[in-house]
Amino acid sequence: MRLSAGEIWTGLVGAFAVGVAALLPLFDQGYYLALALNIVLYAALCTAWTLFSGPTHYVSLATAAFFGLGTYAVGLGLDYLPFPALVLAGGAAAAVLAGLVGAATLRISGVYFVIFTFGLAELVRQVVSYAQTKLSTRMGLYVFTDFTEKHIYWMLLALTVLVFITGWLINRSRFGFAMQIIGNDETVARHSGINTARLKIILFMISGAFIGMAGAILAPRYAYVEPPSAFNPMISFLVVIMALLGGTLRLWGPLVGVIPFTLVMDFVSVRFPNDTSIVIGITFLVIVYLLPDGVTGRLEQLLARIRQPRSHAEPAAVKEPA
Amino acid sequence: MTAVALSVSGARKAFGGLVAVNDVSFDVHEGELFGLIGPNGSGKTTMLNLISGALKSDAGEIRLSGTRISGLPAHRIARFGVARTFQLVRMLPSMDAERNVIAGAVFGHQRLWGAPARDLARELLALVGLRGREHVPVVAMTYIDQKRVELARALASNPRVLLLDEWLAGLNPSELHIGIQLIDKLSRQGRTIIMVEHVMDAIRSLCGRCLVMNSGRKIKEGDVSEVLSDPQVVEAYLGDDDDA
Amino acid sequence: METIVTGILLGGTYALVALGLTLQYGVSRIMNLANGETLVAACFIAFWLFTSYQVSPLWGLLVIAPVAFVVNWAIYMLLLRPLVDRAKTQGMLEVDSILATFGLLFMFQGLMLRGFGGAYTSYAFLAERFEIFGTFYGLNRVVAFVAAVLISSALYLFLYRTRYGTAVRAVAVNPNSASLVGIDVARAAALSFALGGALTACGGALLSTYYTFNASMGVVFTMKALIIVIMGGVGDVRGAVIAALILGITETAVARLIDPGLTLAATYALFTLVLLFRPQGIFGRQQA
Repeated sequence: MRLSAGEIWTGLVGAFAVGVAALLPLFDQGYYLALALNIVLYAALCTAWTLFSGPTHYVSLATAAFFGLGTYAVGLGLDYLPFPALVLAGGAAAAVLAGLVGAATLRISGVYFVIFTFGLAELVRQVVSYAQTKLSTRMGLYVFTDFTEKHIYWMLLALTVLVFITGWLINRSRFGFAMQIIGNDETVARHSGINTARLKIILFMISGAFIGMAGAILAPRYAYVEPPSAFNPMISFLVVIMALLGGTLRLWGPLVGVIPFTLVMDFVSVRFPNDTSIVIGITFLVIVYLLPDGVTGRLEQLLARIRQPRSHAEPAAVKEPA
Repeated sequence: MTAVALSVSGARKAFGGLVAVNDVSFDVHEGELFGLIGPNGSGKTTMLNLISGALKSDAGEIRLSGTRISGLPAHRIARFGVARTFQLVRMLPSMDAERNVIAGAVFGHQRLWGAPARDLARELLALVGLRGREHVPVVAMTYIDQKRVELARALASNPRVLLLDEWLAGLNPSELHIGIQLIDKLSRQGRTIIMVEHVMDAIRSLCGRCLVMNSGRKIKEGDVSEVLSDPQVVEAYLGDDDDA
Repeated sequence: METIVTGILLGGTYALVALGLTLQYGVSRIMNLANGETLVAACFIAFWLFTSYQVSPLWGLLVIAPVAFVVNWAIYMLLLRPLVDRAKTQGMLEVDSILATFGLLFMFQGLMLRGFGGAYTSYAFLAERFEIFGTFYGLNRVVAFVAAVLISSALYLFLYRTRYGTAVRAVAVNPNSASLVGIDVARAAALSFALGGALTACGGALLSTYYTFNASMGVVFTMKALIIVIMGGVGDVRGAVIAALILGITETAVARLIDPGLTLAATYALFTLVLLFRPQGIFGRQQA
């Protein structure tokens, strides 16, 4: 495996950043740790989301459903299985759901996919609530472990690293190339021999699995797990906003959105708790009208304009028939 | 008698009430340069779409070297060895010329990756006249150059049958001359090619046999000189005297 | 039997909302996720008119519908036209419009939460009993249904019996061809978006007569409207109505016969079946 100089450099910087981040719990175990945990959580979620929604341009709102499944896997299985197995089980359950949703919706246009995932978290919540009322007396599950905030923080950090490595491996592989082609022009992809439906589903499952694992890791943070909080649709919306704000053209793009947005939301939810929706709405509009490729996309555009002089050939409009 | 590369029998495709392809049958032999012509709306591109798998035919069969390909999804047909260009050129806009061509080489009829794929891409881009421009982003290229990239991409899979959908459309006379020479070169290399075309000079100079469609039906098949002088064919193109 | 009638009554209101979205998606090609907010806003305005001025919601429609029309027209011209103009493909416009209307959803919901609070609200209008085939239903539900039928019929007449309505349908089928025959597509799109908003608002006002509403419920209705529109076939008015009735009946049946907590599951099950076996919807055209 030959690595370019740029990749080695990025790897070292990343490893350094992770190392520094890992030291945080030794300095603070209160407010800053909680904030950092939130940031790392959304870093994992947004990057996992971008694994799929970046190359394919399919906006997935299913994050909360996968996340909740992971949380519930831990809640249900904590008395029977060791924690690591439950994390894997959470990821597997999310992957299965992703496979089912993908098989139903990814063969048709992206709009149906978005709509289907729009209500998916609500659907799963309803089904889980129903099952809970039928099968047990109470709605929630108790999750008692020895894990403290810092353990969860480190686990999430490890998960984030895993997501990044996976993304990097995919990008260099035939699979990643195929996904790029699909994102560029699905008709060309099909006529080049790519089984677009199957690959989209597989990538969606990989992305979903990581999100499920994040949900599982987070379960011990709250001693009591119940459907409305586990399957909170806000998770889906926040992930989309942060990833798009940062930009999905690069794997590390979402990070650029996660850090500032988490801080802003933290600020707003304390000072102006009734206005969080409005802030989210305005951010979406800013993204659509001013930053269609996110902050990183805009920065790269500016860099390209500074670097390259105008080319001499007159460019033809690339016709993509509707 | 050379082997049959592609055989179409009884192909039919209807969109609601409009029958775009109506019971069309023909054979294309190995190494042949076969023309598919007809007035606008006669169903030629639909016929290509049926062969490449972009559309599923309602009836009939299409076989590639004896193996049935009708009814299969497009990606499997591509892997069996059918490659095509499109009427409106389809580029992969975020990539350069080389990667656009490699895209054809990785997943299709032959599966190359890494250095062999890059070498092939470079070779093919040189073949179509884009030597040295491998790293130009395709969105910065002229339409004719994009067409060449698309042709190189189709060739990258080393297809058994190459479908050209009005590849010579929109070219000025000198570009047309070069384009015809290029297709001629490909044909002499032994490629089996089906070309849908309006440019009659190209059909005359390149094709051995051709098929004329009109309103979805086949009205004549045979040697080009015979077909183009057939009164039915002339009438199909020019219309009756009373169509003022 | 009672289930079916209740389901149909419910379906009538759903149909109005779905018709609004059908126009917005089918003609203007905008997937308006903020559609539900128009509905909720209409609920609150109807409530306000009734409780503060004793204006019956039916008369209130004369105020609510034009206001919704104008507001939606403004939204389209100011916020959505720039997206239409800059989108290079249909796919890009869909993604952009989803995200933009998503932003509007949050903004409007936030503003309404601020203005009206998060409490559940309702009011009593025509809450007497009305008999159909021996069983009693709320008169408000029946009246809402009848009003919905009247409004839908007016829409049908507009779309199928007037020149402008036919132009609108042409744009839904193929905007390029429509512009070739001289139809002002941009105008038709703006008009349809505004009209769609007015229809949804009517649905909201009628719904408020018998449904307990709150500022956050827009999302649920948007979801149902989206599912109905797709089930009926994008841009097809008859399909939307039929799908709405089917949904109304299914929801009511599931709520009564199985469990009220599974209504969304039933809706999704229907939706999945449609996606798997007939993604173009009941009346949709097969994509090439």
